[in-house]
Amino acid sequence: MTPLTPPAVKARSRRRIKWTADLLMGALLTGNVMLAALLASLIFPSGTDVMDLSARLQPPHFTVPHPLGTDPIGRDVLSRVVYGGRISLTVGLISVALSALIGTLLGLIAGYFRGPVGAVIMRLADVQLAFPFILLAITVIAIIGPGLWKLIAVMVVSQWAQYARIMRGQVLALREREYVQAAQALGADDNRMMFRHIIPNAVGPLVVLATLNVANNILLESGLTFLGLGVDPQIPSWGGMLADGRTYLQTAWWVSVFPGVAITLTVLGFNLLGDWLRDALDPTGRS
Amino acid sequence: MLRYLAAQVFQAALVVIFVTLVVAVMLRFSGDPAVAQFQGASAPTTEQLQQIRRAMGLDQPVGVQYLHFLGGVLRGDFGTSFRGGTPVGSLIRQALPPTLLLALSSLLLSLALSLPLGIYAAVHRGRWADQLIRFFTLLGLSFPNFWLGIMLVLIFGVTLRWLPPSGYEGAASLVLPSVTLGLILTSTTVRLLRASLLDVLSAQYVTVARSKGLSERRVLYKHALRNTAIPVITFIGLQFGGLVGGVVVVEQVFAWPGMGLLALQAISNRDYPVLQGAVTVLALLVVLINLLVDLSYGLFDPRVRME
Repeated sequence: MTPLTPPAVKARSRRRIKWTADLLMGALLTGNVMLAALLASLIFPSGTDVMDLSARLQPPHFTVPHPLGTDPIGRDVLSRVVYGGRISLTVGLISVALSALIGTLLGLIAGYFRGPVGAVIMRLADVQLAFPFILLAITVIAIIGPGLWKLIAVMVVSQWAQYARIMRGQVLALREREYVQAAQALGADDNRMMFRHIIPNAVGPLVVLATLNVANNILLESGLTFLGLGVDPQIPSWGGMLADGRTYLQTAWWVSVFPGVAITLTVLGFNLLGDWLRDALDPTGRS
Repeated sequence: MLRYLAAQVFQAALVVIFVTLVVAVMLRFSGDPAVAQFQGASAPTTEQLQQIRRAMGLDQPVGVQYLHFLGGVLRGDFGTSFRGGTPVGSLIRQALPPTLLLALSSLLLSLALSLPLGIYAAVHRGRWADQLIRFFTLLGLSFPNFWLGIMLVLIFGVTLRWLPPSGYEGAASLVLPSVTLGLILTSTTVRLLRASLLDVLSAQYVTVARSKGLSERRVLYKHALRNTAIPVITFIGLQFGGLVGGVVVVEQVFAWPGMGLLALQAISNRDYPVLQGAVTVLALLVVLINLLVDLSYGLFDPRVRME
């Protein structure tokens, strides 16, 4: 009797990365933002809080000191945009990593070991999914105050359910597949079943969701920070810069325009990657 | 159908209880409301605080307070504002119509744009028009709504002076906030409509309809489009939760005197009864819309009716 191999493992070894326009653009945009965020302290060793009060609200100019201009108290807009990327990426990536991890695990439990525990988990997930995130965020942050980790915690609390629901659905479907039942019949234990046969074949949609949620959470973070309900307004972040720049909209457009462009391009990058992943992992090739 | 209905209503009730409970518990952790309530010039004495607590019912157990709040909500009584003692209910009655107006007009705008765009993209799949629509919807998804609002104000309100940059006076002031919210909603709806239409168009009954010799127009409008109604309506219902979030942000950008602005002002004033009332009403609204969406399935899908 030949050993049974799950189809995904075989298929993966044959799969080649197809360089589409989505992937190229997405990788370029997200790669650049990540690189800039990583190297921020090398590019701008003096940090972001250097105030040059003699050079307040200078318009953008190609010559070096302030290529993107300066803000109302004479700080360099470019360096603040680059450092702001750190905040957005930290919130986006860590919130998604944590909620995906927790949600996947709970969804796996709910799908694999059905029964009361699974039912409770899914009921909780349903309630969470019906509850608009921004209301929770506004209430919680209004009371405990703004902060990066508090924001991440609120995101995790409100988003794990998305992953749990998808994972549970995947597990329920995969359990009925012949190769999984065959593995079980051959005496594979729970650990082997989950980690060898179920998880590798279930992660596709989760990866897509996670990528799109990075984009989404970067938008949420900037929106909440703009309202004063996100990260600490003292540290440079894109939402915070937009909130500061609003007052000077009529006289100094650059203070509001560049952080907004940075958000849009970063989010666009993750959205493109998410779209590409969806197409690459979807065998029916819908688009 | 009846069991389905009962299950949906039960679910909705569970959400409302969860939301109000979270808000109530959070507010308990936020420190002593009596201190926030105190209006005197010097620091309040213990007796004064005790008096305020008794007047606000804060000397009772937390569970009793929560039930009291819940009972009040059922009667339409949300308590009184810390600032000026206005009943929270009347503040909400003032703020709710502008928010509903804004949400409805941006929803209508997005439907008017996304139905033709989504259908066109699906029918002309892979052509340059489809690619163009896809690119713009993806870009629309990546725009922070408040930034789009700020940019629209900068262009149409400040530079061109075509439209009022902010405020709540007449129909012209509705345009910029609705466009801000509507454009972002359009991006998501177009993408979903296109995807679900493509799904349906590859179904066997569509092939059958085509092979019967029906015109492409008839296949699309009679057979395909109806079957995309459910995912699209579900999605719009789910979007409503997001729309409420967008409303909060956009109301702040345009100084639109709705529920979002009410909640944000309550936060900066530490006016907790108003915050609690506003969040509860917004959550009720979202839950109600989702309930209506669930119930509308019966209208579009006979299979749900039969169950």
